[in-house]
Amino acid sequence: MLLSGFFGIPYDFRWSVLWEAPHYTWIIDGLWMTLRISAISWVFAVLLGILFGALRTSPFRPLRAIATAYVEFFRNVPLLVWLFFWYFGAPEVFPEVIRQWLIHHGMEFWSAVAGICVYHGARMAEIIRAGIQSIPKTQIEGALSTGLSVPQTYRLIVIPIALRLIVPPLTNDSLGLLKNSSLAMTIGVAELTFATRQIETYTAKAFEAFTAGTLIYLGLCLGIAFVMDRLERKFAIPGLIARTERPEH
Amino acid sequence: MNFEFAIIISNAKFLLIQGLVGIGKFGGGTLRLAVPAILLGFVLGVILGLARLARRPCIHYPAVLYIELIRGTPLIMVIFWFWFLVPIILRKPIPEYWVALTAFVMFEGAYIGEIVRAGIQSVPRGQIDAATATGLSYMRTMVDIILPQAIRNMIPSLVTQFIILFKDTSLASIIGMMDLTKAAQTVSERELRPFEMYIFIAVVYWIFTYSMSRFSRWLEIRMSPEQAPST
Repeated sequence: MLLSGFFGIPYDFRWSVLWEAPHYTWIIDGLWMTLRISAISWVFAVLLGILFGALRTSPFRPLRAIATAYVEFFRNVPLLVWLFFWYFGAPEVFPEVIRQWLIHHGMEFWSAVAGICVYHGARMAEIIRAGIQSIPKTQIEGALSTGLSVPQTYRLIVIPIALRLIVPPLTNDSLGLLKNSSLAMTIGVAELTFATRQIETYTAKAFEAFTAGTLIYLGLCLGIAFVMDRLERKFAIPGLIARTERPEH
Repeated sequence: MNFEFAIIISNAKFLLIQGLVGIGKFGGGTLRLAVPAILLGFVLGVILGLARLARRPCIHYPAVLYIELIRGTPLIMVIFWFWFLVPIILRKPIPEYWVALTAFVMFEGAYIGEIVRAGIQSVPRGQIDAATATGLSYMRTMVDIILPQAIRNMIPSLVTQFIILFKDTSLASIIGMMDLTKAAQTVSERELRPFEMYIFIAVVYWIFTYSMSRFSRWLEIRMSPEQAPST
């Protein structure tokens, strides 16, 4: 009605397609898949991010160079290209055993996880490096000179401050990961975007299907952003860290 | 398996001229999409950024709503929306290129709008007060005083966003536009050589994005000699 009234185009709205027999299960399964693929990729991405972010600040040059190469190469190439690479290209060079395992355990799923976690791992490594480097050396020296041991310095001074610096941009990137998981549909993972497209194909009700998908993503993103914002405010160190906006994809 | 990198050479013309630049019978092209998308996205971003800072609620709230709506939605969903909506609005089928361009401009505009807003807010308030006190109008204050300073502050984030947009153009292949990714897909389906193809286009994308990020770093140091790193 909105559309037909505004543009003068007849479009027969039928919102019931969203809760008719098979369609709502597609949405629920799709949402579950989106959450599962995002969660698994996120865990691996954070691990890669911590590893390479720490290596980027290592005093040993070759290690630093390896980490830099990883970060600069993987984050500067489109995620979609990585997904195609991991799905179509990489299995060719894997040993037969691994390929068989992948074929029997959902190759689309693990290719998508590989693509997403390697790509976002590189982005998170940069965020973590920036967080580590933003703590002045003098603060560590100051802590040590008050008689704290090295583990205590890390536990009581470095990590609490670094975490507060890292969490806001990390949240941003995690939301990016959640949204980017939609690209997994291109290699056949039946996640949320895939489900909306499927409903659109079966019913030709694009408006209704896309609205449902968009609202679910919007709800997820705004919900996570809201919770993280409350946490940041709760744990903010007064006067030390200004809240910074980092509009990133 | 054995690698056959000759396959890249023999298809380089199609990949680069058709896929990357967009000259050929398929239209499209990564660069032909990215360059206008960056320019128009920037224009829309400045408008949205200013609108978000406007005091009048009827300008402020629509801008906030638009930016938050777009930023909470995956790009692929936005592309599908425009793929479906644009032909309905124009009442005729239109080429994928124009669908993709519209979607990218509308999508990136929201992100650039946030960068513009942050950039403007980073200019000290006193500058606005001083400009107003000398009798400049709102428009003149913005154009002559605030924006030139704000844009300088925005440059690093803007270039980052342009890099992201350049990478994002690969999503146009999903609706069938012949860009670098689609070209590689086409060739790898014909030659059955996905490994070589995707590594090749990864390198091509990387050359562009990495040089953009080097340029941004250079620009940052150049434009703020007082903040040049001491190391």
